Amino acid sequence: MSQTPVLRMESVRKTFGGSVVLRDVDLEVAPHTVTALIGASGSGKSTLLRCANLLEEIDDGAIWLDDEEITDPRADQDAVRRRIGVVFQAYNLFPHMSVLDNITLAPRRVHGVPRAEAEARARELLERLGLGGKAGEYPDRLSGGQQQRVAIVRALAVRPRLLLLDEITAALDPELVGEVLTVVRGLKDEGMTMVLATHEMGFAREVADQVCFLEGGVVLERGTAEQVFGDPRQERTRRFLRRIVEAGRL
Amino acid sequence: MTLDKEELGSGERDTPDDYMPSQRRRDRERYSRARARRATAIGALSTLVTAVVLYLVVVSAPGWPRTKETFFDPGYAREALPKVLEGLWLNVRLLLVCGAAVLVLGMLIAVARTLRGPVFFPLRFLAAAYTDFFRGLPLIINLMIVVLGVPALRLQGVTVDPVLLGGTALTLTYSAYVAEVFRAGIESVHPSQRAAARSLGLSNRQALRYVVLPQAVRRQVPPLLNDLVSLQKDTGLVSIGGAVDAVRAADIIVGRSLNYTPYIVAGLVFVALTIPMTRFTDWVTARMDRRQAQGGAI
Repeated sequence: MSQTPVLRMESVRKTFGGSVVLRDVDLEVAPHTVTALIGASGSGKSTLLRCANLLEEIDDGAIWLDDEEITDPRADQDAVRRRIGVVFQAYNLFPHMSVLDNITLAPRRVHGVPRAEAEARARELLERLGLGGKAGEYPDRLSGGQQQRVAIVRALAVRPRLLLLDEITAALDPELVGEVLTVVRGLKDEGMTMVLATHEMGFAREVADQVCFLEGGVVLERGTAEQVFGDPRQERTRRFLRRIVEAGRL
Repeated sequence: MTLDKEELGSGERDTPDDYMPSQRRRDRERYSRARARRATAIGALSTLVTAVVLYLVVVSAPGWPRTKETFFDPGYAREALPKVLEGLWLNVRLLLVCGAAVLVLGMLIAVARTLRGPVFFPLRFLAAAYTDFFRGLPLIINLMIVVLGVPALRLQGVTVDPVLLGGTALTLTYSAYVAEVFRAGIESVHPSQRAAARSLGLSNRQALRYVVLPQAVRRQVPPLLNDLVSLQKDTGLVSIGGAVDAVRAADIIVGRSLNYTPYIVAGLVFVALTIPMTRFTDWVTARMDRRQAQGGAI
């Protein structure tokens, strides 16, 4: 059964100054699936995610969210972003707001949810992610893993159609990575559609339905996790994975 | 040195155990205390020595008796103080009204300069031209143009009150300064904060209002205070239009008596007005930092 993809990219091209960061990128993300973007730093993973969320304007090609072309200049960009949740590598929590205010800002100000209702949902999400006692804390008082979980709650609070995770464990100490990945696993089980850029190959292999290997702004290889990790077709994918194995990351 | 919460790791804070300070720790603390006492003693001594030396230098100056008479005459000080305080009330009112107007206008100009998009070009341009012009124009010339020039036009319905006109001139100049302070604050907030806000679906204006400005204003409290203190002193310049503020009140007595003590009184009164303001801002800033760093009770 083929469903309308949640996210579809066609021939996306993005340049910064003279350098081409994304070249002819096609991508389809089916509902309730997880897509992992792997590749070296600078391969274009983060830019792809930023383009999908319209934080960057693409030079050519088109992007659809559900059936709507969001790269159409007439599209309401704020409305598009409302349907997409993003979690950043550096958390990007608002330091002047408590955890609860960080989470309820968008539901209240953008979606018009009454305060009591927004806070009740925030507390429920915090509880589920093991942050029950942290609602009144300010971000600076939390560990990296806790901050990143709060950032995930903040992204989930608006019930997004699609969740973009941009190397969300890259800034964490190794012993804190696990708690964040557990949360992502839970989201997959609940059927959240996600695209994640990651350096955690073991994790990508475990949760991803689709894996895309990027190099130099091009999707060199794509397939199921089993195929890309188990039997990569491209020599360069093999080389990348070998380096990762040598570094002890797979 | 006593043990407070900060020195305990966060995990240990709430679990009392049967910990007894070791001999090593008691030795360390005894040493720290001894050193602190010594530092205090040295500080007190050097302050005393400096004060005595300064006093002797001033008092032994050949012109001291004469200077003392013209600048530090208790009789004139007593006479001047009530008049100066009466004048100071005008300075305080000007400071409050102009300060509020300056903050609002400065913020509007700063925000206008950060607006994006071609629609806002005229606004951006005007805001930039405004700050360039009024930061460059000497305040005293601005005051003369407004306080003396506007009444000369003899316009119907436009005030000739020197206080109102002077206040307007002060607001014009200071909002240009304060706009730049706010703009620096806005630009100091990392772009990732704006990106996070926009990716939550907040509009540009909402991102500015809820995420960027609150952080910008907090960071700019010290430089803003600096400008407000400066404004407080410059409120005295409205006297060029004939208004009687603290400085002018002192001036009147000096003109009559040829004794400069009233100036000293007026100067000290201004200093006395500034100090609580500085302390208050320090307190507000510290409280904000504490809340942000430690989390508050819900």
